[in-house]
Amino acid sequence: MTLLDLVDIGKSYGAVQALSHVSFSIAPGEIVGLMGDNGAGKSTLVKIIAGVFRQSEGMMRFADREVHFHHPIDARNAGIEVVHQDLALADNLNAAANIFLGRELHRQVGPLRLLDHRAMERRSAELFRELKSETRPAELVRRMSGGQRQAVAIARTRLADAKLILMDEPTAAISVRQIAEVLALIGRLRDQGIAVILISHRMPDVFEICDRVIVLRRGRLVADKPVVKSSPQEVTGLITGALEAA
Amino acid sequence: MSDFANINRVPWHSRGFLATQTAYVCLALLLLVIIISFVAPAFLTFGNLSNVLTDFSYIGIVSLGSTIVIITGGIDLSVGSTMGLSAIITALLFQALGATGLASVPGAVMALSIIGGMLVGAGIGLCNGLLIARIGLTPFVTTLGMLSIVRGLCYAITGGQGVNISGADSNLFFRLTDGSLFGIPVPLIYLVLLGIFMAVMLHHTSRGRYVFAIGGNERAAELTGVPVTSIKAGVYVISGLSAAFAGILLAGWLGSVPANLADGYELRIIAASVIGGANLLGGVGGPLGAMVGAALIEVIRNGLVLAHVNTYWQDTFVGAIIIAAVFVDRLRSRRLGH
Ligand SMILES: Nc1ncnc2c1ncn2[C@@H]1O[C@H](COP(=O)(O)OP(=O)(O)O)[C@@H](O)[C@H]1O
Ligand SMILES: [Mg+2]
Repeated sequence: MTLLDLVDIGKSYGAVQALSHVSFSIAPGEIVGLMGDNGAGKSTLVKIIAGVFRQSEGMMRFADREVHFHHPIDARNAGIEVVHQDLALADNLNAAANIFLGRELHRQVGPLRLLDHRAMERRSAELFRELKSETRPAELVRRMSGGQRQAVAIARTRLADAKLILMDEPTAAISVRQIAEVLALIGRLRDQGIAVILISHRMPDVFEICDRVIVLRRGRLVADKPVVKSSPQEVTGLITGALEAA
Repeated sequence: MSDFANINRVPWHSRGFLATQTAYVCLALLLLVIIISFVAPAFLTFGNLSNVLTDFSYIGIVSLGSTIVIITGGIDLSVGSTMGLSAIITALLFQALGATGLASVPGAVMALSIIGGMLVGAGIGLCNGLLIARIGLTPFVTTLGMLSIVRGLCYAITGGQGVNISGADSNLFFRLTDGSLFGIPVPLIYLVLLGIFMAVMLHHTSRGRYVFAIGGNERAAELTGVPVTSIKAGVYVISGLSAAFAGILLAGWLGSVPANLADGYELRIIAASVIGGANLLGGVGGPLGAMVGAALIEVIRNGLVLAHVNTYWQDTFVGAIIIAAVFVDRLRSRRLGH
């Protein structure tokens, strides 16, 4: 059974061809490392899967159904969660407000449906505990360290029962200890049958946690193979173009 | 676990309400009231206070609406003109409907006239909102254009003449817009009720939270599924409605509507929001700030009058206060490391 199936995906921004003929599939619970140089098209691919952009060409199936996401909410409702590269947080809101942005919890007060601040903070605190992050739900994101912001962005993906989580460079801005936490979290996600696409520039992350590695170069897929059949040297060659394909 | 246990410890005086510009302005207002009542004992007389509170209410009501726009990172310069046109349309409807059979139904003429005026405000706001949120024009230029269009309509429709409010229902209208309840001017009561309503909407509903999220990071709001376009357009409709409501109240106070009603009020309205802590970069502000900012401006204007300072100096003072307010905010933010 496949969870996500991409067929001949292409995307152009005006004259820039960011992706062409990208096809691959992901099974439930599979952890896939998506690698490539800056500008290779990784974020663009993530945004297409997440419903932020529509592809210019090609077809996408999710849970064995052809899908057309018009909006990030469509993808989220289908069970796809994203940690965006720039984290997509509102600095002026607190951690809990960011986690629940767009899907707030409410309570009925007479005729009014008001925000349930208490419940959102409680749930956020639970999520932070799960992530082993010392982050206060009521803290303003503006005052947070890089690692805490990362925790907020990741905690957001744990609100609903996701089937697929896309992580666009989740370890780019954080400390070694926190990287270990993120990788451990990804391991726990796999145990729950959740698939993950992990974008990372860090070879060790990918080779430690991923089942498969996919390499994009200038918008084209140049490799898709189990990590046990590849090596950091080979992947580096594929990324830079020293190796044509593998 | 203990790596960053030290970075969250914010001292009590730099946290929550006490750390906001609104708190500082509340304090400034209190000091000012105390000083003025010593210097000019006439300040605390019932008549004078009642005047200050009434004047302040009109500005305060619109400033509530304009604050919401400012929180999204926008601005609405057309509020003064909107007050004028809404009041004119309400007055004209009074005249037109008063001459029809509706005049025999108590309250009907008034209700329809007010609804008409409010619809004008909502319509202007919707035009602003669609141009800004759907088409992507900049708020400053769009509402500057609207300021001029709407003021032009005020003069064109009335031929530059004032419009009297008279006939059926006019006494009821004056009681509801210019009366008092237990000695409190009714505009002030409307202001407080609207302020409470807005506080609940902004801080305790999803839509209110989206207003802040858009001001903080519009792209992030978009990515997390916030209906950015409709919220952004909606805040201009709210601003237009608040302007229309205040314009209609002002019409009731004056008894007739001059074509230049509320001309130039946008300065005081936006100043009230900004002095009260709304940040023109978006993401920060609130109803309490809008009200306190409006109060500060009116108290200063009144203090200058009581101190026999030539009224031509008023705008100069208001301008200086605006700059002082953002200056203090800047110093404070730097100290807190924002
Ligand atoms: N919104 C956009 N508009 C125009 N071009 C874009 C946009 N986003 C990305 N691109 C271009 O598409 C290509 C792929 O970018 P991106 O997907 O961000 O790559 P990566 O995440 O692998 O670094 C780059 O050439 C980039 O300049
Ligand atoms: Mg990228």
